[in-house]
Amino acid sequence: MTHFLHMGGYAAFVWPSYGLTLLAVVLNIVWARSLLARSRMEARRRLAIQGERQ
Amino acid sequence: MTWTWFHRLGSPPYIYRLAGRLTPWFGWIAAILLLGALFDGLVIAPPDYQQGDGFRIMYVHVPAAWLSLMIYTWMAVAAAVGLIWRIKVAHAVAAACAPIGASFTAVALATGMLFGKPMWGTYWVWDPRLTSELLLLFLYLGYMGLRASFDDLQRADRASAVLAIVGVVNVPIVKYSVVWWNSLHQGSSLSLTGKDTIATPMLIPLLVSMLGFTLYFAAILLLRLRGEILRRERSANWIREALSS
Repeated sequence: MTHFLHMGGYAAFVWPSYGLTLLAVVLNIVWARSLLARSRMEARRRLAIQGERQ
Repeated sequence: MTWTWFHRLGSPPYIYRLAGRLTPWFGWIAAILLLGALFDGLVIAPPDYQQGDGFRIMYVHVPAAWLSLMIYTWMAVAAAVGLIWRIKVAHAVAAACAPIGASFTAVALATGMLFGKPMWGTYWVWDPRLTSELLLLFLYLGYMGLRASFDDLQRADRASAVLAIVGVVNVPIVKYSVVWWNSLHQGSSLSLTGKDTIATPMLIPLLVSMLGFTLYFAAILLLRLRGEILRRERSANWIREALSS
């Protein structure tokens, strides 16, 4: 396990690379979900305003 | 030949529903492929004879760089379709592409720097490949900044589409920079026409990783696309329908 984590002396470059990529993968999921949730909320608000006008 | 399929692709309610149905498929297949590539790339693939275990950075660096170029191309094509045929859904696709592309361009640059330090002895050089990839990041950021400067979504769509289309000339420059100029960056290891210059046990995790990241992009794009379509929609009936499902 220590051998694996050591990455043949390249640990300081390999693990940050994988870490940054994982961060981007997770952030994109979070951002996309929050965009959809926000758009839904705004759409609901628009519906409510249109309902009041009628 | 009927064109109904083409018209349907431009129909916001149809695309909204289709995107919702497809997202989990793309997402789960991507997750399986990426976990497989992660294990194969970090554990199974043998160390490189020159780069040792450092070459494993390739399994995240190359797919990120691939996404950075593929997403920009998608964005420019969608923007052009939106501009020429005035299709709202196409503009929504272009808008949805930008933040995903920008983030993976940043990942490609950052992992490239972490790759460059042990292999070249430096994090950064003003090399054609690195410089044009940095320009790609600025194009994405410029596109997003330009969109954000408009209150009106339709005007944002049209103005930013022009920038996306003009900027697409940078895509072949990034791709062929290692061929056209004398670059510190190595040439491509993958080839559609010739022979790949990479050993099979090292190639398989790379291809699986690239496919996984591509499907992952599709899932994120479809998720964002639904948000972008909703923002552009004013018809109460189908919004009510979309929100209820």
